[in-house]
Amino acid sequence: MSSDYEPHSEAAQQHRELRKERLEAVRKEHKRLIGRKVVFLAFIIGLIVFAVGFIITLGPLEITIPQVYETLLARFLPDFFTMDEVFEQVVWNIRFPRIIGGIFAGFGLGICGCVMQAVLKNPLASPFTLGISSGAHFGVAIAAVFGVAVLGGPYLLIANAFAFAMLCSIFIVSLSVLKGATSETLILAGIAINYLFSSLSQLMAYFASDEQLRLMTVWGMGDLSAFSWSKFGIFFVIFGVCVPILWWKAQDLNLMTIGDDSAKSLGVEANHVRIITMMVASVLVATIVCFTGTIGFVGLVAPHVARMLIGADHRILIPASGILGAFLLIGSDAVAMNIISPTIIPTGIMTALLGVPFFLYLILKGKRKEFWQ
Amino acid sequence: MNVKLLVQDLEFAYISTPVLTGMCLKVPPGTLVSIVGPNGSGKSTLLKCIDRILKPQQGMVAIDGRDLVQLKRIELAKQISYVPQSSVRIFPHSVFDVILMGRRPHLGWTSSGEDEERVWDVIDLLGIEDIALAPFTELSGGQQQKVLIARALVQETDVMLLDEPTSNLDIWHQLDVMTIIAGLVAERGITAIMAVHDLNMAARFSDQIIMMKGGIIHAAGSPWEVLTPRHIADVYDVEAQVQRQDDETPLVVPMRQIGGNGGRLAY
Ligand SMILES: Nc1ncnc2c1ncn2[C@@H]1O[C@H](COP(=O)(O)OP(=O)(O)O)[C@@H](O)[C@H]1O
Ligand SMILES: [Mg+2]
Repeated sequence: MSSDYEPHSEAAQQHRELRKERLEAVRKEHKRLIGRKVVFLAFIIGLIVFAVGFIITLGPLEITIPQVYETLLARFLPDFFTMDEVFEQVVWNIRFPRIIGGIFAGFGLGICGCVMQAVLKNPLASPFTLGISSGAHFGVAIAAVFGVAVLGGPYLLIANAFAFAMLCSIFIVSLSVLKGATSETLILAGIAINYLFSSLSQLMAYFASDEQLRLMTVWGMGDLSAFSWSKFGIFFVIFGVCVPILWWKAQDLNLMTIGDDSAKSLGVEANHVRIITMMVASVLVATIVCFTGTIGFVGLVAPHVARMLIGADHRILIPASGILGAFLLIGSDAVAMNIISPTIIPTGIMTALLGVPFFLYLILKGKRKEFWQ
Repeated sequence: MNVKLLVQDLEFAYISTPVLTGMCLKVPPGTLVSIVGPNGSGKSTLLKCIDRILKPQQGMVAIDGRDLVQLKRIELAKQISYVPQSSVRIFPHSVFDVILMGRRPHLGWTSSGEDEERVWDVIDLLGIEDIALAPFTELSGGQQQKVLIARALVQETDVMLLDEPTSNLDIWHQLDVMTIIAGLVAERGITAIMAVHDLNMAARFSDQIIMMKGGIIHAAGSPWEVLTPRHIADVYDVEAQVQRQDDETPLVVPMRQIGGNGGRLAY
């Protein structure tokens, strides 16, 4: 054995010290990256607050961003802020509900996409690609268009949407759990479900009256105009329950993305987690679809963008996907409302028009590493 | 005999054809057991059944005399760690995060500084600091295997199951991994059960070897008891010489196939 390899030789000593230094450097870098992720999350939250202010100023009414915030704050702290009657009417009753609705919908779709991609280990999974949105949409359509909902109000709509969303997600989950279906199979099944429900919807359209037809068309394209303050109650409740459940499962989701065998060996009941999270996500999707119709692209893209920006840890990824989804949706909606004003383009169309090129750009750039590295 | 891990009358079938039949094992603490056998003989399946990744149709697995069926999965994960042959790699977790997953049975939603300290220790032990922040998706097969081993090490269990942990490694890293595992067995008294293809690696490092064929144990015992030309011929259909090396371990030299087509091309 040459002296180079003697454990106490000078060379070995030097080697050890070098490695120690390297390890130290790597640890520092690791700390720095975590810090940056937290900063980034704070940054996009700030961005969305700013976007809300900015988007509300768009439109025929002359109002500045500070005036928007003032009007909103006056609502909560009437002693400190004053507001103009007209501003209150426009900002609080017309423009703000639409934006809040958009934020909820985008946030919900973003985290549902993120969770579905994780538990199905499939980067193409999303409420839309798996057919869950179309199922929910069909459920709403038969209830709303053909009058069933007149009796039960919004809860029946949601229950109906939920029933159909659940049907689809049970189908997808059983395919994946029982048949061990691969990524391709799941997406193909999703496409099949999508076709099935759009055919059914077309069949309904064939028999619908003009008014029913118009309603269905608008809904099918995805639209944010249905929101008003009176409808948010149910949103708050369902989001308040579902989002924390999904976030609470973040660590389990992390483990499930590296395979069921590994997840099980590390203490995760993989199939339980898969079923629970898919069900909870379906409730969210069903609720969103009730108010907005199918908005396809957000749930697929937001998690990918988030992952490219801050990595795959679901504890940060879930909120980040939600926030980016919200951002994407209210951004597209703002463009849709104003680009050829006074004509309003349906939100769903604009989301795809803006989202697809952006997504293609990200894919083609081929950046699989985290943005920071 | 003091038994750490007991497997009794284990039976398993994926669909209907049985893959494991009447498996019985008694492994004392502080032993390194290698499972050898031809492809498809059920080595991976056995390891998965022990860790309840697959649910055996019959039989039981016990640690320290306690039937594992009673344990919740998270409790089981504190007792047994499992190194899969490879891993799903779709999403870009950093190597650090993948190793930290091994602490999952011990932590809640957040990881403590102490958990991260363990991870850094193991990164240092395996000498993988250079890839610690790289995305797990971009590693070579061998690097991936070292990360999966690191993940099992931070799990800090008494029993480790390893499925061909050295199959993608070069000889330097094979020795590195085997020395570390053998060291853990000798110093910390853990019990390691490892599926391997390399008979000589098994011979050099294991206390016991189990030779499987078609879902049953063909031979079990010390390397010298198991690695005989007779057993190798029976199980692998290969004529082999077994030589004694300077350090008293057997060296298996495969000579020729029994009943092969003698190297004629099949057209
Ligand atoms: N997921 C599976 N579904 C059905 N049969 C399987 C599956 N995995 C393995 N098998 C079968 O079980 C037998 C044992 O496989 P395995 O335990 O992987 O063998 P080894 O690890 O010894 O090569 C093989 O015949 C194989 O075809
Ligand atoms: Mg195997």
